[in-house]
Amino acid sequence: MIGTEFVPLSLPPLLIGTLAALACALPGNFLVLRRQALIGDAISHVVLPGIVVAFLLTGRVSTWPMMLGAGGAALLAVLMIEVIRRAGKIEPGAAMGVVFTTLFAAGVLLLEQSDTSAVHLDVQHALYGNLESLIWLDALGWNSLLDPVALAGLPTELPRMALVLVGVIGFIWLFWRPLALSTFDEGFARSLGIATGPLGLGLVVIAAMAAVAAFDAVGSIIVIAMFICPPAAARLMTNRLSLQVAWSQGFAGLAAVSGYVLAGYGPLWLGYAHAVSAAGMIATVSGLILALAALFGPCRARLGQPAG
Amino acid sequence: MTQLKLAAQEGAAPVEDLSDIPLAIRGLTVSYGSDPAVFSVDMTVPEGAMLAVIGPNGAGKSTLLKAALGVIPKLSGLVTVYGQPIASQRRRIAYVPQRASVDWDFPTRVIDVVLMGLYRDLGLLGRVRRSHRDQARACLARVGMEGFADRQIGQLSGGQQQRVFLARALAQAADLYLLDEPFAGVDAATEKAIVTVLKALRDEGRTVVCVHHDLATVTDYFSHVFLLNRRKIAAGPVAKVFTQQMLQAAYGGRLSGGQIDRIAAS
Ligand SMILES: Nc1ncnc2c1ncn2[C@@H]1O[C@H](COP(=O)(O)OP(=O)(O)OP(=O)(O)O)[C@@H](O)[C@H]1O
Ligand SMILES: [Mg+2]
Repeated sequence: MIGTEFVPLSLPPLLIGTLAALACALPGNFLVLRRQALIGDAISHVVLPGIVVAFLLTGRVSTWPMMLGAGGAALLAVLMIEVIRRAGKIEPGAAMGVVFTTLFAAGVLLLEQSDTSAVHLDVQHALYGNLESLIWLDALGWNSLLDPVALAGLPTELPRMALVLVGVIGFIWLFWRPLALSTFDEGFARSLGIATGPLGLGLVVIAAMAAVAAFDAVGSIIVIAMFICPPAAARLMTNRLSLQVAWSQGFAGLAAVSGYVLAGYGPLWLGYAHAVSAAGMIATVSGLILALAALFGPCRARLGQPAG
Repeated sequence: MTQLKLAAQEGAAPVEDLSDIPLAIRGLTVSYGSDPAVFSVDMTVPEGAMLAVIGPNGAGKSTLLKAALGVIPKLSGLVTVYGQPIASQRRRIAYVPQRASVDWDFPTRVIDVVLMGLYRDLGLLGRVRRSHRDQARACLARVGMEGFADRQIGQLSGGQQQRVFLARALAQAADLYLLDEPFAGVDAATEKAIVTVLKALRDEGRTVVCVHHDLATVTDYFSHVFLLNRRKIAAGPVAKVFTQQMLQAAYGGRLSGGQIDRIAAS
């Protein structure tokens, strides 16, 4: 591929998409095993009121206030889910449903009531993000990767997504053992003195962080797909947690890269003039991987039903 | 560390010295909703005892163990382990939950489950060394499961899963063992293997508490019983407490007269 075209136009979105996929799939492993996978979906929607409030407060579209607003809304949602679940003694799924619809509705109402019509806050953006628009105009070719002046012009999404991925990896690495233990056998974990409540909350907050950052860069469709598809497919490939996580990262990277390439060139190969949405294609590929794993994965047989 | 002493219930009574008592519970009340599942229970487990917690389904046996360990919150009550607050004594306790409470589909192997028993030694980031693995394998061998180390846990039978849980508890090398229905759904051979291990623990001077359902084996297996039906019904050595009258009180009308006669006579 020619560097003068690839580096400014394709490299940044490719990297950002891959980082986002990895950052979501990693905590997704534990969320899927804890049957909390839809929390990523919920989070990526409840951030809407946060983004609108941030816009209303600052009066302009700028990334950091919106990220903060989105993060605040995600945290609020997590806390509301926990409070409702404990106070109402209802199952997590139902609590999530309540919070999810309430906050999303609040976001839509806010959006309608306020004068944000001039701003680019639409469904299209929320679903698919703007992966293709994350280009690096300062780059002239591969050499630009070593040029500090050009590097300063990188899309801010790239370092931010990388930072979030580092945070996610750090959390999972540090708390790997208690996370695995409390996911498998919470009663035993608590008898060892592990604070399973704060730990589970930490996991959800980390997942929310990844979801919000990815949502901003690549849209909610990737967030939902990456929280669920690579971990679920990886579970069908192995019976060991560490290998499952490794597989899930491989699948996430594969989906991001091949999805991006297919979206850009696939239609051309088929004789169509226009590329399709990269985010949509990445999500589609991850779904395809899950389907293949479900058909051919070596660990499909689930014998683990409680025998008692 | 200061000795934690519990005032007896009336408050005015003399302070108990519990430093030799592996597990002491005073006035424990636990509630999931409106009615308490366990109400104002006092329990004293003597050192070296093999104690059976007995009561009908829903009597609060699992709740009692879990609340004593801090696995679930309690409304009121005090718990000491060797006279100290439980938080400082976790290393000396091994807990085996009821088998159905666990996700057996979890991607992990038998050996990894046993290694979980070494969590307090390994800590957050400690590397699993060969010595740890050898220790875990030795525990598996004690329950006759050494050939299954690399199996996924979901691919075991119920009795084998129960043995693996026991091996994990052995790896903890605790002084006080709390087991919730270790004999539920296991065949005669596994039951015998588990009893042998538990008796060996007792012979080493450790203390064993089991939630137990099979009244017919209580006198064979245990030295003490604790009869529970939301409240404490009776507690003490088997010979004194395991009587027709006490069982009738614990189980209400749930046992037939013949059943009780047979058990109490044996
Ligand atoms: N998580 C829970 N939420 C609400 N109620 C519960 C919960 N766990 C137990 N209970 C209730 O508390 C009571 C005591 O339950 P527990 O599990 O302690 O009984 P048990 O003696 O262990 O019974 P079994 O012999 O069936 O194991 C029961 O009435 C049960 O319905
Ligand atoms: Mg029980």
